[in-house]
Parts: sequence; C-alpha cells; structure tokens
Amino acid sequence: MHAYANPARFLKIARPLTHWFGWIGGLLLLLCVGWGVFAGPADYLQGETVRIMYIHVPAAWLGMAGWSGIAIASAMQLIWRHPLAGIAARACALPGAVFAALCLATGSIWGRPTWGTWWEWDGRLTSMLVLFFLYLAYMALASAEQEADGEAGGEGRMTAIFGLVGAINLPIIHYSVLWWRTLHQGQSISLMKGSSIDGSMLWPLLGAAVGASLLFGAVVLMRMRAELARTKLEMRMRRLAAS
Amino acid sequence: MNQWHFVIAAYALSIPVLAWVVIASFVAMRRAEKAVDELKRGTS
Repeated sequence: MHAYANPARFLKIARPLTHWFGWIGGLLLLLCVGWGVFAGPADYLQGETVRIMYIHVPAAWLGMAGWSGIAIASAMQLIWRHPLAGIAARACALPGAVFAALCLATGSIWGRPTWGTWWEWDGRLTSMLVLFFLYLAYMALASAEQEADGEAGGEGRMTAIFGLVGAINLPIIHYSVLWWRTLHQGQSISLMKGSSIDGSMLWPLLGAAVGASLLFGAVVLMRMRAELARTKLEMRMRRLAAS
Repeated sequence: MNQWHFVIAAYALSIPVLAWVVIASFVAMRRAEKAVDELKRGTS
C-alpha cells in the first residue's frame, strides 16, 4: 500500500484501471440489472417490486462502502501522511453520496407499494439518511478547507478527522434492523449464514453489486486523477509566476 | 397503481443519475489532464 502512495506510481496503474473498471463495471451492471429486471422471477410476497432490489441493494452497499473508504483513507492520511490518502478520501465522497441518495430514493419508491408509505422514521431509514447528510457535510468541509488552504490537495486534517468520526454511523446502519423495531427487512445475505435469497435472484444481484462496485472504483480513480492534475497544474502555474 | 410503474420509476431515476456521475467525473478528469498537457507543451 505504501508503495502506491507515490503519485507517479499510482498514475501508472490508475490510467489503465480507470478504463477497465469503467467498461467492465458499466457492462456488468447493465447486464445483471437487465437479467434481474426482465428475466428474473417476481417475488411471492413483494411481487414485481422486488426488481427494484437490483439497484437498491448495490446502492446501499456502496453508500456504506464509500464512507468506509473515506474512513480508511482518512486514517492513512492522519497516521502516515500519505500524499494520496486525502485525495482518495475526497474522491470517494461524491460517488458515495450519489449511491446513498439512490438507496434512499429507490427504497422510498419500493416502500410505497410494499409498506404503503414513502417514508418511515425507523432505525435503518433514518441512519441511512444521516449517512447522506454526513456526505454533504464532508464535501462542504473538504471544499471549505481546501479554499482556506489556498491550494488543491491541501492537508485537510479537519476533513480527515470528520471522515473518521463519521464512520461511527456505519455499524449503526448495519445493526439498526437488530437493535430497533423496524419496517425494513433483516439481513438476507451473510458471510456466515449464507443467503436466504433464491439463486435466480441472488446471482443477478451479486453481479449487479460487483458491476456497481467496479463503476464506483472507476469514478473514484477519475476524481483522484482530476485532483492530481489540478494540483500539478497549480504548482506549475506558481512556478511560472515565480520565475 | 401497477407495480411495474414503481420499478420503472426506480430505474428511470437511477440510470440518469449514475450516467451523470460517471460522465461528469470523466469530463473533469479529461479537462484537468488536458490542461496539464497543454501547459507542459507550452513551457517546454
């Protein structure tokens, strides 16, 4: 990991990976969502609305994975002062916020015909909404701190601390269905207990989750490359102005 | 309301939003990298 903290070495790997992740992820996501929506069966309880799961579940996973990425990169930034860690953390914020928003929106659309309501202030939904607001606050803080630093890619220690502290919400989201009475269903897929979802729905769901994860990775790489380029540009401009 | 209307609404919202985040990130990256290349060419 430390070896790739060097921007030049990182870019050498990130350039081809951006294309591979983007194309494979995008195609896999489209294929598996198409498989689930058009060829998958309806659920015996939920009916046709179960087809929303192929975007809702990957969006929920990636909304949480995005903040996990922010927290890990923030820890690396604070402990080892890796030059790329802060950039990686900030690059996770927008795609993470988008997936969290999609999770909330598609969940709400699913809830209307299934629960009879668009929204319910229960543990899972509320903690996911808190995650979305945390993303917005993180992006605002990162932008304000960068402006205050006066250069792209500033240290951003406050942002990194906020990224770490915000990770407290992740176990709350995960265990909310166990800790509180909730309309939201419990965990259907577990590493220890396996899956309670039938294979005809599970495989397109896992495929869509892998595709969306690769797409998420591609977006993070693109945003990191953009911020690195902007930093490089600013440094060159300053050097030119000084000479 | 037909259940399919809700399914269509979910994807009609998700697909453009995902496309926007991918395209916007790609355009921002290309623009920034192009500006660096142009500056490099201009100063060399």
